[in-house]
Amino acid sequence: MSALEVVRVRVPERSYRNELRAIRIVWMRELIRFRKDRLGVVTSLLQPLLFLFALGTGLGTTTFIYPGILCMAVMFTAVFSAATVVWDREFGFLREMMVAPVRRSSIVTGKCLGGATVASLQGVILVFLMPLVDVPFDAGVVLGVFGLMLLLAFAMTAFGLMLATRVKQMQSFMRLSQMVVMPMFFISGALFPVAGLPGWLAVLNRVDPITYAVDPMRRLLLDDVAGVTWFGWAVPAGLEVAMVAVLGLGMLAVAIWEFADTE
Amino acid sequence: MIEVDALRKAFGDVEAVRGVSFSVAAGEVFGFLGPNGAGKTTTINMLCTLAKPTGGRAAVAGHDVVRERDEVRRHIGLVFQDPTLDGHLSAEQNLKLHAELYGVPSDLVGPRMEQVLTMVGLLDRRDAEVRTFSGGMRRRLEIARGLMHSPRVLFLDEPTIGLDPQTRASIWRYIHELREREQITIFMTTHYMDEAEFCDRIAIMDRGEIVALDTPAALKAQVGADRIRIETEDDEAALAALAPYAPTRSEGGIAFYVADGAQFVPRLFAELDVPITSVSVSRPSLDDVFMSFTGKTIRDAEAVPDTNRMLMRAVVGR
Repeated sequence: MSALEVVRVRVPERSYRNELRAIRIVWMRELIRFRKDRLGVVTSLLQPLLFLFALGTGLGTTTFIYPGILCMAVMFTAVFSAATVVWDREFGFLREMMVAPVRRSSIVTGKCLGGATVASLQGVILVFLMPLVDVPFDAGVVLGVFGLMLLLAFAMTAFGLMLATRVKQMQSFMRLSQMVVMPMFFISGALFPVAGLPGWLAVLNRVDPITYAVDPMRRLLLDDVAGVTWFGWAVPAGLEVAMVAVLGLGMLAVAIWEFADTE
Repeated sequence: MIEVDALRKAFGDVEAVRGVSFSVAAGEVFGFLGPNGAGKTTTINMLCTLAKPTGGRAAVAGHDVVRERDEVRRHIGLVFQDPTLDGHLSAEQNLKLHAELYGVPSDLVGPRMEQVLTMVGLLDRRDAEVRTFSGGMRRRLEIARGLMHSPRVLFLDEPTIGLDPQTRASIWRYIHELREREQITIFMTTHYMDEAEFCDRIAIMDRGEIVALDTPAALKAQVGADRIRIETEDDEAALAALAPYAPTRSEGGIAFYVADGAQFVPRLFAELDVPITSVSVSRPSLDDVFMSFTGKTIRDAEAVPDTNRMLMRAVVGR
């Protein structure tokens, strides 16, 4: 042992800055792992591509369902990125984070932002399909798409985290999340126009939160979209975005509260 | 450094820890010895703020483990029984993550990381992903990580469990080096008797209670007696001369027990008239200590239930 002097560290008092550092490092961990997982990127894009080209061509329009497919690509990845909490618990790493002298809300927030970023980075790859589906490619639009993806991914990760605090086994998590996310995706109007739906479906569609993420995406990408209406009133895109954001924050709050509760 | 007073933990009707009290001084290596299920891990979890006590109180580094949870966490390092590393990150990334979570000042992260990695001999593997590491390397990395933020107390829960003897020996070398270089207090649990010998003091735990607490040497002295075995040219005469010590014949020689064998042997040579051809003194082992306090060997205490044993036999016999 050559260096005899010891580098001493004093762990500082709890501060706002330290919480931000904790959020940042948990977020970065998700990005590091994403960078290493190339196969995961490819496999998770397969399903949206299949829907877009097989289903879209069969229906006679890839253009119309393209915005819905963009949402789809983000939704499932986001929920699964929250599932890593279940892995972390199983492989013990969650414990390492939980015993650190930082708020659990910082850990959960970092995880949520990380999952959202990873899902959006992955989903935004699909913008390169724009010319293939007759949507004009435009830098501003791409930025908007990425923003909406971040929002949706954030809400979906928060949802996944909320679930992951309760469900301790991977199989159960997958089954449960599929059971909830799949119907929400189909009812949301990602694959069909939301105007003129039969009564029962219209009701389900209007209460499905995903509807309000798909609608702004479609309005951003396509012209002449008959958007979501409430009793004849056209809901503005801004309100839709705000609703998704509030819902996401609410679910994040629940996830944090649940995490703080576990010993 | 650690003060524990009548600490209890019950899980429903089951009392895992039934009121333990002890204190650990700064710079001490303190060991908790006992069979699996004796309440060692539960106690350590309470001290590390991972479990809430159902009774009593405990303070670590001057802070109450319930009321000042974060203060305690800031001053302790933890090495768990089960691995808690992220296998997909490199050794360095795991340490970096820990440093960030504990708010280690940015300019110190690099030098400190190099130091702890050097200490556990993993500096050349710093960029390798942890999933490529062997069990021993992972454990060493966990110890390094537990030291990243210069804790005042390092908790090690069964740090050498499941490791080969060579790796166990090297882990012990690190622990001793640690104490010398960093002057930290070390609190550990083990169920290896030979490892308990390395501790300054040990507490023997059985069924949720501390049944004995002292230095390994003092504990052995409490059990008593060193065993002396001699061979002489005239056993009959020697037996008669040693009568006050209740000697017995043993494997062609004579055996008896005295309080302090090392001091007794010179007297034996000086005072016994019978020529002695061979002498051996054996000190009681910690196994004897454990036996005398709990009435069973540590392996018996851990014995698998009969049904399990039968099941194992069935599987092995196939």
